[in-house]
Amino acid sequence: MLDWLRMGGYGFYVWSSYGMLALAIVVELFALRQRRRTAQRRADELRAEQPLRPAHFRGNSE
Amino acid sequence: MRRDPDPALARRPEAVSAPTPPGVLSALRWACARDLRLAMRSRSELALIVVFFLLVTSLFPLAVSPDPDLLRTIAAGIVWVAALLASLLGLARLFAADHGDGTLEQMVLAPAPLPALVAGKVLAHWAATGLPLVLLAPLAGLQFGLGAEAIGVLVVSLALGTPILSWLGAVAAALTLGARGGSSLLALLVLPLAVPVLIFGAGSVESQAAGLGSEAHLSLLAAGAIAAWVLGPAATALAVRIAHE
Amino acid sequence: MTTFARFWYRYASPASFYPLAGRLTPLFAVIAVLLAAAGLYVAFFVAPTDWQQGEAYRIIYIHVPAAWMAMFIYLVIAFWSAISLAFNTRLSAMMAQALAPTGAMWAFVALWTGAFWGRPTWGAYWVWDARLTSTLILLFLYLGYIALRASIDDPRRADRAAALLALVGAINVPIIYFSVRWWNTLHQGATISMTAAPKMAQTMLTGMLLLTFAAWAYTIAVALYRVRSIIVEREAASGWMSRLAADSRGQSDDASASGAMAR
Repeated sequence: MLDWLRMGGYGFYVWSSYGMLALAIVVELFALRQRRRTAQRRADELRAEQPLRPAHFRGNSE
Repeated sequence: MRRDPDPALARRPEAVSAPTPPGVLSALRWACARDLRLAMRSRSELALIVVFFLLVTSLFPLAVSPDPDLLRTIAAGIVWVAALLASLLGLARLFAADHGDGTLEQMVLAPAPLPALVAGKVLAHWAATGLPLVLLAPLAGLQFGLGAEAIGVLVVSLALGTPILSWLGAVAAALTLGARGGSSLLALLVLPLAVPVLIFGAGSVESQAAGLGSEAHLSLLAAGAIAAWVLGPAATALAVRIAHE
Repeated sequence: MTTFARFWYRYASPASFYPLAGRLTPLFAVIAVLLAAAGLYVAFFVAPTDWQQGEAYRIIYIHVPAAWMAMFIYLVIAFWSAISLAFNTRLSAMMAQALAPTGAMWAFVALWTGAFWGRPTWGAYWVWDARLTSTLILLFLYLGYIALRASIDDPRRADRAAALLALVGAINVPIIYFSVRWWNTLHQGATISMTAAPKMAQTMLTGMLLLTFAAWAYTIAVALYRVRSIIVEREAASGWMSRLAADSRGQSDDASASGAMAR
């Protein structure tokens, strides 16, 4: 098992690579959740301040 | 039932029909002349860009080594990078002033074709900031001990490449109008896109020095310049419109 | 109108796409995990050791998919940008916005894994190889796109400006790649090349393909999840969102979504 981890002497390089990928994914997923939480919170605050407005007053085009 | 014509209009018949909108060339000429006139009024600002260019080229021998062989090898690259950075400096004045006082908005609303107006501005901008670099490149070349032939290729490469940089910069400058982030954002947008120009520009001199001839690089640069002039006006005009919505 | 067109138009609205994205995210997340598990198994336990590079070559199983993803996502961003400019749609621009951070992530991973593959194989962490250098420039293009979006306050203006930038960048990417390759071959000759060994065992190819599809599924899942956050950010004041919030009062939207994203 230890032999497999050592990857024929290249363990440092192989696991640094796979490790960075894993780290990047974890960071991205975490940031994703943070963004969602912040968006929900801000949306709730906005709705608390301003009651339901008719959709057709919004100026955005579809 | 037809309405009776307004008696006031009858006294000014020319007011009945709208004037024809300016054509492409006249719009281009007007915008170019205007910007050149404005540039002439702030000559010191333009001089600063040139001084910056020469300053940057002077920094490299100080930072690296005065060894003439080494300098000759890296000369083209340094001159080109300095030209690239100097062109970034000049971009601020392309749209900023007109955007600030509302002239740009008037240009967007004007009946004259916006791509032509923009092309006139970019042409004037290149004449004021790019052309001086082309003309001063021999000076920088001498600093690095380049031979006459090499300097010639360098000058031609800059003459072909600086318009491309002007157009890349114009699109980026228009996109960042009213955006926070300033010149560093502009640099981040322009520099990656300018990499091919840098490679072929500096590469032309090296290729000539290696005896392979610079035609290939220079023709690619020429193609790029033509493409920049064909696509640049429309893209920049679109970016200016986006900035004014 | 054909069924396809009707489907297309129906889901072009953020309001109707929002729940669809919510249902698709867990599906793609599961697909990603399964494909990744299969791919990693093949990469480490089925594929043979490379006789030239030893075990270090196993890095290509994530390096190559990462580089492909970085490239591909940029093209997809350019596609959605073109749609958003041509049809003046919000959702296509939001989709481009959602994909960009993931594309940048893949570009970074491609560079990192490329460096850690290069060190044992060619002796240096960074060799100015054409593909790696192009990927570096691609990372800068991603960062520029994200930075431009972040620096324009009005969301619709940011949409359009970023879309134009993405298109200009997309046109330039082949030119950049071509010029960097030219530059590289002139200076180093074709000796150093990060492309995988010319003859790859079938199992190696299988492993790489599995991991590439896993990366695709992951990207789609992440982008769908992110676009939902973007829709919430931008459509918060709209009627449908308020009604949705009122309907699901008491249930946390987060619990179900983050449960699906758990690894």
